[in-house]
Amino acid sequence: MPTWVQNALLYIGHSLFEVKVVEKLSGAEMVVRALQDEGVEYLFGYPGGAVLHIYDAIFQQPKDHENKVHHILVRHEQAAAHAADGYARATGKPGVVLVTSGPGATNAVTGIATAYMDSIPLIVISGQVRSDWIGDDAFQETDMVGVCRPIVKHSFMVQRTEDIPEIMKKAFYIATTGRPGPVLIDIPKDKTAPHLKYPYEYPKSVKMRSYMPITKGHSGQTRKAVDELLKAKKPVIYAGGGVVMGEASEELTALARKLGYPVTNTLMGLGGYPATDELSIGMLGMHGTYEANMAMHNSDLILAVGSRFDDRATNDTSKFCPNAKVIHIDIDPATISKNVTADIPIVGPVKQVLGEMLTMLDEHSGKPDEKAIASWWEEINGWRKVHGLRYETGDMMKPQQVVQALYKATKGDAYVTSDVGQHQMFAAQYYLFDKPRRWINSGGLGTMGFGLPAAMGVQFAFPEAVVACVTGEGSIQMNIQELSTCLQYGLPIKIININNQALGMVKQWQDMQYGGRHSQSYMDSLPDFVKLTESYGHVGMRVDKAEDLEAAMEKAFSLKDRLVFMDIYVDPEEHVYPMHIADGSMRDMWLNKTERT
Amino acid sequence: MRRIISILMENEPGALSRVVGLFSQRGYNIETLTVAPTEDATLSRLTLTTYGDDRTIERITKHLNKLIEVVKLVDLSEGEHVEREIMLIKLKASGAQRAEVKRTVDIFRGQIVDVTSTVYVVQLTGTSDKLDAFIAAIGEAQVLEVVRSGVSGIARGEKTLSL
Ligand SMILES: Cc1ncc(C[n+]2csc(CCOP(=O)(O)OP(=O)(O)O)c2C)c(N)n1
Ligand SMILES: [Mg+2]
Repeated sequence: MPTWVQNALLYIGHSLFEVKVVEKLSGAEMVVRALQDEGVEYLFGYPGGAVLHIYDAIFQQPKDHENKVHHILVRHEQAAAHAADGYARATGKPGVVLVTSGPGATNAVTGIATAYMDSIPLIVISGQVRSDWIGDDAFQETDMVGVCRPIVKHSFMVQRTEDIPEIMKKAFYIATTGRPGPVLIDIPKDKTAPHLKYPYEYPKSVKMRSYMPITKGHSGQTRKAVDELLKAKKPVIYAGGGVVMGEASEELTALARKLGYPVTNTLMGLGGYPATDELSIGMLGMHGTYEANMAMHNSDLILAVGSRFDDRATNDTSKFCPNAKVIHIDIDPATISKNVTADIPIVGPVKQVLGEMLTMLDEHSGKPDEKAIASWWEEINGWRKVHGLRYETGDMMKPQQVVQALYKATKGDAYVTSDVGQHQMFAAQYYLFDKPRRWINSGGLGTMGFGLPAAMGVQFAFPEAVVACVTGEGSIQMNIQELSTCLQYGLPIKIININNQALGMVKQWQDMQYGGRHSQSYMDSLPDFVKLTESYGHVGMRVDKAEDLEAAMEKAFSLKDRLVFMDIYVDPEEHVYPMHIADGSMRDMWLNKTERT
Repeated sequence: MRRIISILMENEPGALSRVVGLFSQRGYNIETLTVAPTEDATLSRLTLTTYGDDRTIERITKHLNKLIEVVKLVDLSEGEHVEREIMLIKLKASGAQRAEVKRTVDIFRGQIVDVTSTVYVVQLTGTSDKLDAFIAAIGEAQVLEVVRSGVSGIARGEKTLSL
């Protein structure tokens, strides 16, 4: 019945009889209704015994229901989690997953862990065997709450059908507030039985005495930070994924421009500050730019915003930026001073704290030390000049060229997902992201197989957008079956397969640290990706020569309503540089195969 | 340094496993652990002892605080507090030993709560150090079985750990 009729009934019921007319629903219907009430557009999943009641409730949604939840049938539950994750990263809204008990649920585990490491809001609904069978090693029984304990923000096991609305509300609340993360809801089959109906009322709000996310940073700390910022002679703004997730790009950009200080982004933070802006010094870390790593090492003040001093960013923390004072803004108190001690910790939402900083700066009598900052920029530009990002071209196509051609063909405005390996780092280095939520990759867990399903989630969120998946011939084979899902839903993703016939990143480490012994890092017996793609009903293209690259890209992106798989053969010997030297400081880097700092 | 962390948390299934799991996941040790519902049955009070420097303890408490079911917690060892542990200990007590064991129990203000011709079961309450000292005084050779409750604690004075 339409909402207005319900409301009218409620009102009449209330005023005439002083009783509430509350609808009765089965547990399965409650799950679907709660998703509608949360405004969920897409549910990524795969059916099985334990969730059949829920699937029936999905089927029975009226066709013309205004808040209908669209179920997307993937080909592997890992892809369901990654697709929901990609959707969440691109939109900022939570992604929702539905899987059956046992193997369905365990297949989703890698996807849940991936989302957890990158603080992505996911709601994962897993079926469970009927409650009186739990603990009996029943068919397809897995203790999913137990399995997922270290990789979720929180989990619920439904004990009573009546609790489903409240649990759903809490799950969405927990997943999306504070430091976001995946929340698991495990539902025994009997709790969704169609004949057992209970009153359904979706809570308007939640209040939990044990969970109160921080909504405001400490102003006194922020004021101290502003004073320090204005005293700095060699400052760097080190911005992470928290800026993207926390919708704080605008504030960060305003702050950096007001101060004129250099900004470096982490792998997760790319796009949080416009990469083509003159204050951007590129990505930092293991494969960061020379100038970003040098600037960090030589800085006297680091303003860390929504970043977590991850080991891939800092190199050896005991040698980390010896002269720098650290201001650290983060929503998660446990992140502050975890790896690197913060001199001025500020716990709070980065958007709010940066906003307050901007106001304080406006009202402050001090100004940045213009002379010092100018000579600091001179130093940075000097570094950029001698060892800025570069590569040698040769007879064979270089992976960097592929990313640059992609950038050109998409005018730098695509959603780019990636897998894990050298291709990921080349994409991060050479695709200059000017907007947040455009770069979508598994930074924390480094999950090969993430790229294609994540791209599906993005394309569902933005059907008209250009979505490219930069991948490698190793990674793409980890979830290649999703080409079938892409056909079913007509997703015109462009897959850029940077084919180096090797698990390139592994091979690079073996070249550098294992005397070139390529233990199991080759990719033999590769399929003919063009035929493979065609057999899935899409367009396949193979590119071998650099001179064909740009034209091929143009052609691929002109096929607006088709998925195109570009199998691009590149130089298998190419390495990603710069590369941090293990156990060194930020400034210790290999610059190419023979030269180091 | 030894620390006593006392946690007020939702009395819900799974809450305890999340606390315990966090310690193994993050590589910290739990030395002792006790847990029971409070006067408000929706809340449990969990007390644990662990070892660590300030930095480690700060990390542990931050992570514990992040657990959704943890309502509040306090590091009791940071301030004045009372701590107690209860021990039930079964001792060999035959012949000439009987009187000697009884005297030691009295000195430590323990109670003999079960007696056979060869065995005493002794109940002893106190700080963990006191319980250790009792075992040392009795001598390990006399000990048949030891059951300790783990540490329970409460802050002195006005301070309370409550809602
Ligand atoms: C699921 C998973 N297994 C293993 C790894 C370790 N690993 C990291 S990069 C890499 C090689 C990836 O090869 P490919 O996709 O071809 O990318 P390339 O490095 O060649 O660009 C491997 C095996 C991983 N990150 N994820
Ligand atoms: Mg490869």
